[in-house]
Amino acid sequence: MTNVELSGEEIRRYGRHLIMPEVGMDGQKKLKAASVLLIGAGGLGSPLGLYLAAAGVGRIGIVDFDVVDYSNLQRQVLHSTKDVGRPKLASAKERLEGINPFVKIETHEMHLTSENALKLFSGYDIVVDGTDNFPTRYLVNDACVLTGKPNVYGSIFRFEGQVSVFATNDGPCYRCLYPEPPPPGLVPSCAEGGVLGILPGIIGTLQANETVKLIIGKGEPLVGRLLLFDALKTKFRELKLRKNPDCPVCGQHRTITSLIDYEAFCGVQSGWDSFAREEQYEITVEDLKKRLDNKDDLFILDVREPQEYQICNLNGYLIPLRDLPNRINELDTAKEIIVHCKVGGRSRQAVEFMKQSGFRKVKNLVGGIDEWAELIDPAMPRY
Amino acid sequence: MSIQILIPTPLRQFTSNLESVAVEGNSVGEALKNLCVKYSALQKHLYSDDGKLRNFVNVYLNDEDIRYLQKESTPISDKDVVSIIPSIAGGNI
Repeated sequence: MTNVELSGEEIRRYGRHLIMPEVGMDGQKKLKAASVLLIGAGGLGSPLGLYLAAAGVGRIGIVDFDVVDYSNLQRQVLHSTKDVGRPKLASAKERLEGINPFVKIETHEMHLTSENALKLFSGYDIVVDGTDNFPTRYLVNDACVLTGKPNVYGSIFRFEGQVSVFATNDGPCYRCLYPEPPPPGLVPSCAEGGVLGILPGIIGTLQANETVKLIIGKGEPLVGRLLLFDALKTKFRELKLRKNPDCPVCGQHRTITSLIDYEAFCGVQSGWDSFAREEQYEITVEDLKKRLDNKDDLFILDVREPQEYQICNLNGYLIPLRDLPNRINELDTAKEIIVHCKVGGRSRQAVEFMKQSGFRKVKNLVGGIDEWAELIDPAMPRY
Repeated sequence: MSIQILIPTPLRQFTSNLESVAVEGNSVGEALKNLCVKYSALQKHLYSDDGKLRNFVNVYLNDEDIRYLQKESTPISDKDVVSIIPSIAGGNI
């Protein structure tokens, strides 16, 4: 049995755990002896940190490098309004130590990379994945497989979430389910697609539940099962996951035996670089301002969603990116067209599509309407 | 035979926001092809240029991955539900 003791104060604190046979003194001591590494102190990391600290997990590490932004507060309940502008790790540590002074919070202010992941992971029992991009998800998975750590996975998009436990000895890993990432641009990010603020609360809390079960060794963890949650319908579904015998990282004939370049694997650089990055197809907000002041004949195409247009707009013609293929005949190839979205990702795809459709005088507004609000029109609302 | 295909949130923008679509087909592959005929913008999200189902798109028949059944030629019957399970990565934002 684990070599830790609970003080009188801790026994009072964890009383509701201690009287349950499934946890009891043994389970609570296991929690105190355990160490968990949270990747990300954002939407999923918030409930994870709060509940794991409250539950008495002895050592909690958090990896993040971001600062708290006003737009985080809709869902990242670890941080308060007064924390805006502070490093997320600083406000997370303060909050978690406030909840439970008996847990040790270790902060790692860094980008998780192929160089630092293995060493970092080897210092913890369990890794919990709360990141927001594909390169880091594959990195976390492979590093967990290579170090033999369970990976408590959670992912969200708009109203939909996924939870599973990967990379335990006999179970499948993330690559068994998703051998390859989608090319950049094909799946919209949460920054573009939005996310219901409560969803990371639900999914992160489910991850915390799986983590605690793994530590105390009770119940049936989500190994070999993918739990899907639809917040709009309030429906849970469960799918079977199988260990892929040909998995490149956990299969019988492994081809990945050390960490790789995950940005390149996910095509992040090459993808975007080849994607309408030629300068003739781009315009900066400063140049657009000059040309509008000059009364140049420009057609502004806004490829955001109608609800985004309601928040702020440049008086552009609205065709959401998803409708563009069906409505491209509404546009005039002879006109010079400036395409914009919120930060420039969707408009870059729109420009690429329009180029393929024969448009030549088309430019992507770099940085989107957000950059316009920042540099040209500070009175414009930002979201 | 008409069966239901469940459309995940990221792909609903290509199916007029429908969360499930009824299509004809005797195999999973036929049903998916017919789905792409109905909603052509889905094609490039599900299939590569050479017509292969993309590796990052997971297709389930009920709760089983078709990779472990008969892949796209897996036969389907009336009460079956086909689901497309996409990669999603959000979490820390």
